[in-house]
Amino acid sequence: MHYAIALAGGVLIGLAATLLLWLNGRVAGVSGLVNGVLFPQRGDVAWRVAFLGGLVVAAGAYMALVPGASLPRTDFSRAGLVAAGVLVGFGTRMGNGCTSGHGVCGIGRLSMRSIVAVLVFMATAIVTTYVVRHAWGGA
Amino acid sequence: MKRSAFALAALASGALFGVGLAMSGMTDPRRVLGFLDVAGAFDPTLLFVLGGAVATTLVSFRFVLRRGNPVLADTFHLSNLRHIDRTLLGGAAIFGVGWGLAGYCPGPALAGLGVLSREAAWFVPAMLAGMAVHRAVNRR
Repeated sequence: MHYAIALAGGVLIGLAATLLLWLNGRVAGVSGLVNGVLFPQRGDVAWRVAFLGGLVVAAGAYMALVPGASLPRTDFSRAGLVAAGVLVGFGTRMGNGCTSGHGVCGIGRLSMRSIVAVLVFMATAIVTTYVVRHAWGGA
Repeated sequence: MKRSAFALAALASGALFGVGLAMSGMTDPRRVLGFLDVAGAFDPTLLFVLGGAVATTLVSFRFVLRRGNPVLADTFHLSNLRHIDRTLLGGAAIFGVGWGLAGYCPGPALAGLGVLSREAAWFVPAMLAGMAVHRAVNRR
């Protein structure tokens, strides 16, 4: 049942990306959307704020209201969060996308760049998790 | 009129995206790390989420892109980059290290702000700083 709900959640994410491409002609890549709000260009901001605001409020409402929803962890180290955040921000801009832009949308249109990017970030994420959890023995 | 329709469509898409993220459990980085930790207690949930999302876009994007243009705009904004270069590989590699470190990619981190997550409150500003550093470095 848990996996069925996860699968359904994934389908909703795919449908959301479909809606944005079909209606707005835009890629639902969260890192790119955020970047466009952080460094705004005239006439290209409101829809980004609307998408991100919708995401934050709807996800928050779901987690707050639906019994059994997965809530974020609360005890990770501050230094770890800041280091991870900087790497994610820098890396997604340098590589032009994250899990949603390259993963959900890029693979959806069979972009070779996106497929390669997903394989690379999956690989370095798996190695990093291994090092942190098993080699250092922490976290 | 068209501008507000454009923003409203983005709002609907973002809300659907947020519900999908929360429903799938990806808002909890422990699930994400459970997938990435192939040597530990492996949790395949992320595979179902990504599988459901990609299976959907693989089919739907074909139909959408067959149209000449989107409903509310003149053109599709798609990257026309083709080549696989060091910037793509390096950026993806750096992102992966950050993702594997704490278990947050940008979407789930933002979703955490919706429940005033303490972790998101540290991660998201750091992510914005990382983006700003990238921009500063590439302006020179």
